[in-house]
Amino acid sequence: MNEPQVAAAEKSHGTVELRIPSKAEWVAVARLTVAAIANRLPFSVEDIEDLKLAIAEACTYVIQAGGLSDTIDITCESGVDHLTIRVRDGGAIRPDSSLRRPSGGSIEGLGIFLIQALMDDVQHTPDGDSRGELIMTKRVGS
Amino acid sequence: MDIKVNVRESDHDAYVVELGGEIDVYTSPKVKDAITELIDQGHYNLVINLEKVRYIDSTGLGVLIGGLKRVREHGGSVSLVCTNPQIRKIFDITGLVKIFGIYDDEADAQKALV
Repeated sequence: MNEPQVAAAEKSHGTVELRIPSKAEWVAVARLTVAAIANRLPFSVEDIEDLKLAIAEACTYVIQAGGLSDTIDITCESGVDHLTIRVRDGGAIRPDSSLRRPSGGSIEGLGIFLIQALMDDVQHTPDGDSRGELIMTKRVGS
Repeated sequence: MDIKVNVRESDHDAYVVELGGEIDVYTSPKVKDAITELIDQGHYNLVINLEKVRYIDSTGLGVLIGGLKRVREHGGSVSLVCTNPQIRKIFDITGLVKIFGIYDDEADAQKALV
């Protein structure tokens, strides 16, 4: 990043927490919130679209898998040159979820595969109480 | 959040499903219903126009894949119209460019069905 970009990004440093009902009609709220946060960093339009799709896929996975919670907790940590999104999944996302590209028109695993493809770093951390956390990071200019 | 679905018969013995807006886990059932209704009526050659679609996720892709599988069972096909680079990128990443015919305009998409 050049100096003006770094200065702008430093002003955008912060954490935003969002809790949405674990229902399809609320996924757009998560998507738009992440887009608004990403827009404060010097991400390209394409990167912001990637982030929107990644958060939507994470929420959709949780909803469709039927987690243990009625809500999805999302934390967005805005750094100088990156955005990290943590999704508390209520135990819906299995650590062994396939991250391979689906073949032959298979739908299974498509959402998780897209997250992996669009974000720079994706981790899943089961925390022992059945509420795992999906942590995904996108870096500016990557 | 919105989704617009417009179904019309084309001049080439096919039906065009014109979609507009955002296709996600909330709106994709409406798209699925439209495609399913056409197939149930015996229309197996479909052009799905994504020109006015601003956003699509895996549930939307799943609906398109499901429709394609059903029409193929009857010897039909699905052609997509898409010029939005972000959406085309998703088809590229997922490898669905190898499954669907994706065209820049409806005329080419309809020709591919014949």
